[in-house]
Amino acid sequence: MTGPDVGSRAPEALTSLHNATVSKRRGRPSGGTILSWVIFIAAMLYFFLPLIATLEFSIRMRPSGAAYTNTFKDARFFSSLAYSFLIGLVTIVVSTLIIVPTAYWVRLRLPRLRPVVEFVTLMPFVIPPVVLVFGLIRSFSTGILPLANTQLGSDVLLVAAYTILSFPYMYRAVDSGLRTIDVRSLTEAGHSLGSGTFRILWSVIFPNVRVAVLSGAFLTLAIVIGEFTIGAYLNRPAFGPYLSNIGQNKTFEPAAVSIISFILTWLAMGVIAFLGRTRQGRTTGVQVGGGH
Amino acid sequence: MSYLVLQGIQKRFGTTIAVEDFNLSAAKGEFVSFLGPSGCGKTTTLRMIAGFEPPTAGSITVDGLDITHRPPNRRNIGMVFQSYALFPNMTVADNVGFGLRVRKRPKAEIRKRVADLLDLINLPDKGDRYPWQLSGGQQQRVALARALAIEPEVLLLDEPLSALDAKIRVALRREIRSIQRQLGITTVYVTHDQEEAMSLSDRVVVMSEGRIEQIGPPPEIYNFPATPFVASFVGTLNLLPAKVVDAGSGIVSVAGQQIRTPKAITTDPDRSVTVALRPEAVEIGEAGGANRLTGRVEDVSFLGSIVRTRVRVGDDASVSLDQFNDPALAAAAIDDTITISFPPEATLVLAGAASASATIEEAIAEV
Ligand SMILES: Nc1ncnc2c1ncn2[C@@H]1O[C@H](COP(=O)(O)OP(=O)(O)OP(=O)(O)O)[C@@H](O)[C@H]1O
Ligand SMILES: [Mg+2]
Repeated sequence: MTGPDVGSRAPEALTSLHNATVSKRRGRPSGGTILSWVIFIAAMLYFFLPLIATLEFSIRMRPSGAAYTNTFKDARFFSSLAYSFLIGLVTIVVSTLIIVPTAYWVRLRLPRLRPVVEFVTLMPFVIPPVVLVFGLIRSFSTGILPLANTQLGSDVLLVAAYTILSFPYMYRAVDSGLRTIDVRSLTEAGHSLGSGTFRILWSVIFPNVRVAVLSGAFLTLAIVIGEFTIGAYLNRPAFGPYLSNIGQNKTFEPAAVSIISFILTWLAMGVIAFLGRTRQGRTTGVQVGGGH
Repeated sequence: MSYLVLQGIQKRFGTTIAVEDFNLSAAKGEFVSFLGPSGCGKTTTLRMIAGFEPPTAGSITVDGLDITHRPPNRRNIGMVFQSYALFPNMTVADNVGFGLRVRKRPKAEIRKRVADLLDLINLPDKGDRYPWQLSGGQQQRVALARALAIEPEVLLLDEPLSALDAKIRVALRREIRSIQRQLGITTVYVTHDQEEAMSLSDRVVVMSEGRIEQIGPPPEIYNFPATPFVASFVGTLNLLPAKVVDAGSGIVSVAGQQIRTPKAITTDPDRSVTVALRPEAVEIGEAGGANRLTGRVEDVSFLGSIVRTRVRVGDDASVSLDQFNDPALAAAAIDDTITISFPPEATLVLAGAASASATIEEAIAEV
């Protein structure tokens, strides 16, 4: 699911998405317009065809809609989906609490370390989830922190692993969000008004990267909902393993589950977007470059 | 009497020395400007007062209290930035009230004080706007109000007007000065615009390459520059390289032509000095005073109410002179050879050689 091929491209897409909301729309030469439409339609087909096929397949079951009624009757469908949503939300919170202060501090005090931090956050693209989860299980099943031996401990490990998976998306998003504000001047202004660093982080920096955090949160949630390997090996009742399980045992239901989960995930994203919607897309004051 | 005192301040970044041997004492309520070309250490000095950079040597005291090693958030010093640095996620009122909320003042008191400050900066009905909904000039006024809200002991402004266009700049600098007078707040203002420094300040600190060249009230800086650098950076003085002919009677020679200066010169004969000459004291013809120089007219430019003529009097010396522009004025023609005259009192001898024909236009062009 998070193969290096798809994943490594995603942060750039994210960044340009973010920039696109900031910059104004520009006119395009009409020669390029046709090509743009061709590419756009091709991309849409690539994206929607499998979905439509899945949908079509899911409604073939007789009596009509049975795949869906069966799915809704299965308590494990809801419990695993709810579990993965919950884990996803906790992951987003933990990841935000780690990434925002880190990205802020690196921009403020250690700008030369930025490439290093960026590289570290990209590790999930280099290390496959299987390796990550085996490392976690081996490290935390014995010794001073035998987390893998209890249910709650395994939940903690799951969140920890997902937090690591979210780093590349979160860091890129937050870092490009920080680029749109003058971190140094805002921090100094806060200090000169008597504020401590924590308060500046909480009441000045964080609100200004909220939109960026949201875009990182979308991707994180989508990844967590669909993730299979780590959830399965930690033996957690997550949605990915459930989906895989019914995929092996049923014919039509997996397609229905895919469609429903797709809709629910998008709904959840809509809710997050709505909650963080206030005052987005504004520009910060002038950014005077050069000397100080 | 001294309220803000900087003593032997030095700042090094690695091997580069940004500020050295900086001594200043400002009285309470005084308006002091730091003036100098880019990179001369103005901002660095200001940031040391604010506490953003620790000095590598020296001490800073405010009202007798040593604050050299205090973190910026415990100094009670207001700062206004070139980039405004308003918190984009907060309304104007929340920006202005930020420092008071940090200080946990009662809500009612904050609301009252914010309203008063918005009145003071002439934006009484903009409290619930966001910074991006205001013009640059309005944003900078809000930034000023925000800095003033905490009743700072010292107010620091780092080129606060340089991102604004000329008209607003002049209006806003008057406003800043009048608010500063009203509140009697000790203020340090950084600028590289000499007109701004001259028109605003009680005293100007002229800096070059990390050092203070001269501290004094604007008329003193303008009329009696202490060094060739000050003379070339401030005002429009003509700077003429000269050789001392008779130190006792103050006679020097400029490009082979002797002129008299008002005082005895302390340097030896044959030494190089710089003669500063005020352009408004020079006249075409021989009626202007005892000193005469002959040269070729190089340039005549009409600057609205005055006409500025540049006369080359030697290979490395030219004199600019100003005449009021009235319809009857017969301006000199380019390439005419003319005589100009001026009284000895219009000259000032500065130690050290000036760079060749350093009139102010060229000095400014270097900045
Ligand atoms: N953080 C820093 N690290 C290294 N050198 C610095 C740093 N800050 C300033 N300097 C150097 O110190 C010198 C003074 O810089 P400063 O910013 O104080 O100049 P300035 O007078 O404010 O110039 P300007 O008018 O361009 O703002 C410069 O040579 C600059 O390169
Ligand atoms: Mg500066």
